[in-house]
Amino acid sequence: MANVISDETIEYVGILAKLELSDKEKEQAKSDMGRMLDYIDKLGELDTTDVEPMSHVFPVQNVFREDVVTNGDDREKLLSNAPQEKDGMFMVPRTFD
Amino acid sequence: MNITDMTAVQLSAAIRAGETTAVEAAEAVLAKIEEEDKKYNCYVTVDREGALAQAKKVQAQIEAGELTGPLAGVPVALKDNLCTEGLLTTCSSKILHNFVPTYTAEAVKNLVRAGAVILGKTNMDEFAMGSTTETSAYGPTKNPRNTDHVPGGSSGGSAAAVAAGECVYAIGSDTGGSIRQPASYCGVVGMKPTYGTVSRYGLIAYGSSLDQIGPLAKDVTDCATVLEALASHDRKDSTSIARDDTNFTAALTEDVKGLRIGIPNDYLGEGLDDEVKEAVLQAAKVLEEKGAVVERFDLSLVEYAIPAYYTIAAAEASSNLERFDGIKYGYRTEEYAGLHNMYKKSRSEGFGEEVKRRIMLGSFVLSSGYYDAYYLKALKVKALIKKAFDEAFAKYDIILGPVAPTTAPKLGESLADPIRMYLGDIYTIAVNLAGLPGISVPCGQDSKGLPVGLQLIGDCFQEKKLIRAAYSYEQEVCRHE
Repeated sequence: MANVISDETIEYVGILAKLELSDKEKEQAKSDMGRMLDYIDKLGELDTTDVEPMSHVFPVQNVFREDVVTNGDDREKLLSNAPQEKDGMFMVPRTFD
Repeated sequence: MNITDMTAVQLSAAIRAGETTAVEAAEAVLAKIEEEDKKYNCYVTVDREGALAQAKKVQAQIEAGELTGPLAGVPVALKDNLCTEGLLTTCSSKILHNFVPTYTAEAVKNLVRAGAVILGKTNMDEFAMGSTTETSAYGPTKNPRNTDHVPGGSSGGSAAAVAAGECVYAIGSDTGGSIRQPASYCGVVGMKPTYGTVSRYGLIAYGSSLDQIGPLAKDVTDCATVLEALASHDRKDSTSIARDDTNFTAALTEDVKGLRIGIPNDYLGEGLDDEVKEAVLQAAKVLEEKGAVVERFDLSLVEYAIPAYYTIAAAEASSNLERFDGIKYGYRTEEYAGLHNMYKKSRSEGFGEEVKRRIMLGSFVLSSGYYDAYYLKALKVKALIKKAFDEAFAKYDIILGPVAPTTAPKLGESLADPIRMYLGDIYTIAVNLAGLPGISVPCGQDSKGLPVGLQLIGDCFQEKKLIRAAYSYEQEVCRHE
């Protein structure tokens, strides 16, 4: 395997991805990601020096519209999906002291 | 008259003629689900009450002459990543085990306007990440043609439901082949339209630049009919395209004279099963005998599509799936210490293995220091792949090939080696990168009796050519059976 993923990298990616992996999952992730990156390295065979990156296949522009409310008040329906709610608001763990 | 054997167009005609009703149709299909779904597990949720109520309403509208179209009163199954107001929508994930959307996807609204009766939500690979429907948190779906085999994925529940007669037609989504490949494995017709043809509003996103909604149906006529109903310009999807040529059923004509068809040599090479190859080339011969001009050519860059795709799709997925954080909906972990720990634990417990694998990869390729080397590089390769297709479509109207290198693998054989599973997407994936339309049509079976799919790929906005060729092939084969 050409790409060796370090413990530090997996920790860092875990922070970016907001995932908490067990030690066993971390080892698996290191090996999986290394293999995938080895495979993705194949793209390096292609010379893309003057190629523009293509994020969208059609030319797209910003799509503007007037900022007018068209939907109704869905507060109750929306809150009925919340894991925890209180007084018409989403309840979250304390974020600062 | 056996309702569960009928196509949508046949069934709606029978309802209009008063030979049956929308309610009888819904009851017949619900009975079939009751009887068969324990074997196949096509559905995550069956909405019996909702379907019967809707059928009753639609029947009244048909009788009043308010609904006259070819989908009025016909029962449909929806992939469980399409939001349906008031009806559980899980994406086959634990993290959305209790999610009830407050609105309905635009594509589904279009069907409802046409008189569709929604039966329920079909099983899929979790968040559409997989090729077998085995990554579902609600158990795998089995292939109705042979229950030892997978139905394909990620729209495996939709394809299997059509094959089993547990719906009349179904809706799926296709990010890298997720409509065409299960259609091929289950022996039904499936189509991914040009990117932007069907609104993605209300489709739970996987790879936003690649995702398209499309039909899975019993024949090409239904496929064109359903796509015509799904397509619309929608201001709520900024990538939606205003097209004035979505009367796809106009292309249901048997005429391929002079149609230029190219078969990429790169689609017939190493890794392709001999029986699949033979069935696909036989189908090409049928079209040639009907007047199409068939040639072989070199498409090039085929082996770069998969690494480019997995880089882009994983990057987009890592961003799209950030919203599942245990705050506004879905699963929240029981015990946690503070906000960040709650996020991390909810996500780690709520997502399955394949989803986590792709989120990790996506986060990595987008991270500073690696963005240019991986993500940007993949976007440049995507531009090259698009150019290769542009050159091919300067010479050909249609590209013809297999949908997948093999017929449906056995259950339990695919997940252990992810890269090997990804390689199975080799013929479908580039179509999504280039935004092209593609259709999968049954073209026989292998010696084990498993269906083989023929794939036809068109240039952007050329669905009608695909429908015309697919319909011509289907009619010819029907005459010989």
